[in-house]
Amino acid sequence: MAIILDHVSHIYEKGTTMEAAALKDISLVIPDGQFIGLIGHTGSGKSTLVQHLNGLMKPTYGTVYYNGEDIHESGFDKKKLRSKVGLVFQYPEHQLFEIDVFKDVCFGPKNMGLSEKEVQLRAYAALKQVGLEDEYFYQSPFDLSGGQKRRVAIAGVLAMKPEALVLDEPTAGLDPKGRDEILDQIARLREETGITVILVSHSMEDVAKYVDRIIVMNQGSVMYDDEPREVFRHYKELEAVGLAAPQVTYIMQELKRQGLDVDTDVITIEEARDGILKALGLFSQREA
Amino acid sequence: MLRDITLGQYYQTDSVIHRLDPRVKLVATIVFIISLFVVDNWIGYCIAAVFLACMVKISKVPFRFMVKGMKSIVFLLVLAVVFNLFLTPGEAVATVWKLTITKEGIRIAVMMAVRLVFLIIGSSLMTLTTTPNNLTDGMEKLMAPLKIFKAPVHEVAMMMSIALRFIPILLEETDKIMKAQIARGADFESGSLIKRAKGMAPLLVPLFISAFRRANDLAMAMEARCYRGGEHRTKMKPLVYHARDRVGYVTVFGYLAACIFLGRIWNF
Repeated sequence: MAIILDHVSHIYEKGTTMEAAALKDISLVIPDGQFIGLIGHTGSGKSTLVQHLNGLMKPTYGTVYYNGEDIHESGFDKKKLRSKVGLVFQYPEHQLFEIDVFKDVCFGPKNMGLSEKEVQLRAYAALKQVGLEDEYFYQSPFDLSGGQKRRVAIAGVLAMKPEALVLDEPTAGLDPKGRDEILDQIARLREETGITVILVSHSMEDVAKYVDRIIVMNQGSVMYDDEPREVFRHYKELEAVGLAAPQVTYIMQELKRQGLDVDTDVITIEEARDGILKALGLFSQREA
Repeated sequence: MLRDITLGQYYQTDSVIHRLDPRVKLVATIVFIISLFVVDNWIGYCIAAVFLACMVKISKVPFRFMVKGMKSIVFLLVLAVVFNLFLTPGEAVATVWKLTITKEGIRIAVMMAVRLVFLIIGSSLMTLTTTPNNLTDGMEKLMAPLKIFKAPVHEVAMMMSIALRFIPILLEETDKIMKAQIARGADFESGSLIKRAKGMAPLLVPLFISAFRRANDLAMAMEARCYRGGEHRTKMKPLVYHARDRVGYVTVFGYLAACIFLGRIWNF
């Protein structure tokens, strides 16, 4: 039970002078329940890649399999696929259209042809999952704040009860507080439901704390595909393609260079703190 | 899907035609269209064809792009040809069921088709080689005499350039919103006409909101730069005629004269 991309390539404007390969021979296995960070610079092909996961785009070459079935084979139920692989676009708040928040969240499950009651139950549960208070349910979505709108939009996809949730830059344009809130909420949601989550971002900082696996895209190809700490070891190569490892990586590398024997593989600030304390021989005190 | 619309599309390359003053190109396009309707003999059309072919060649725009623009008028073209073919009275050539094809009908139908095709290629040559901004600049300058009659020439030109600028942005936005709603299970393609029209709400509401948001932002940005209309406004790149523009005018009017007179002389 997984999403598999088998040698997928996507070429825009094929056969014209403006031909551009957005994806070049990508092969990936996305098993159930994994928390994946998809990182890449602007124009690296990450947004194109995620649109292949739910069949919005068709690969020029190669095949996409969902649970072993070729999603572009005739007779494959794409509508069902889209409810199973929920895709939240960049700036999803721009897609809100209903007269109140609750109705907007109902749109997805309603399109699945569920009963009125089931639709409402799902919408309610989804809004709770993203942490929106009841008082907002019957307000116009356009009266909410930016962060709240975004949560409503994410709830709109969650209400379809997807098995995999793909979020394209969910923190774009949010302040640091809003960003942390959204990411924490996604992490909690994943813990509670165990769904697959693919988080698209251009910031390592955003994803380092949460994900099990990082896929780094560069110019349409997969550059690294590994655990976060393995990927961050290549921080110099990442810099060369316009990305960066989390700031703690730099601090730890610099400390090591200056002669302090610290573990340079840490990825979060908490780990870094513990690592430095340990290297200074202060760790036992803190624990006691 | 929506990106295929070539309306007002600019093809970036470097050619003499691209560098011509937009006023020359506007006038040339109008003259060319006039020539198509003034001329009524084959010599004239041959001259028009040669002239157009030369211009296309000089512009370095692949011919394919011009043909693309033609797709939208195929229906009109077929309609014009069929009606002229069957409904023109005259000397009968062939009869299909109750309809008669006449010699005059064939002549008019072919002429109509040639005129329409040339018209589209000619005008798309202008839009393909001129940026929308340049085009509206040219229009503003050409229409400037109308200011005497208190016509808001500058304002109209500004509105046009903003509208043109926003076409690709709104198309992209439409594409994005459409995809986002399809990802939520929306269906824009099947169902009855009424059901489909109703199904457009999830697309149109966000699109309108986005258009208003952008308009608001743009108005704010213009105000912040103290924009207050055309009065005493100078240009960063004022339009100035160069030698090539004079050559352009001479060529175009020479073409028109050739079309009219050569046609008269060798008319058969």
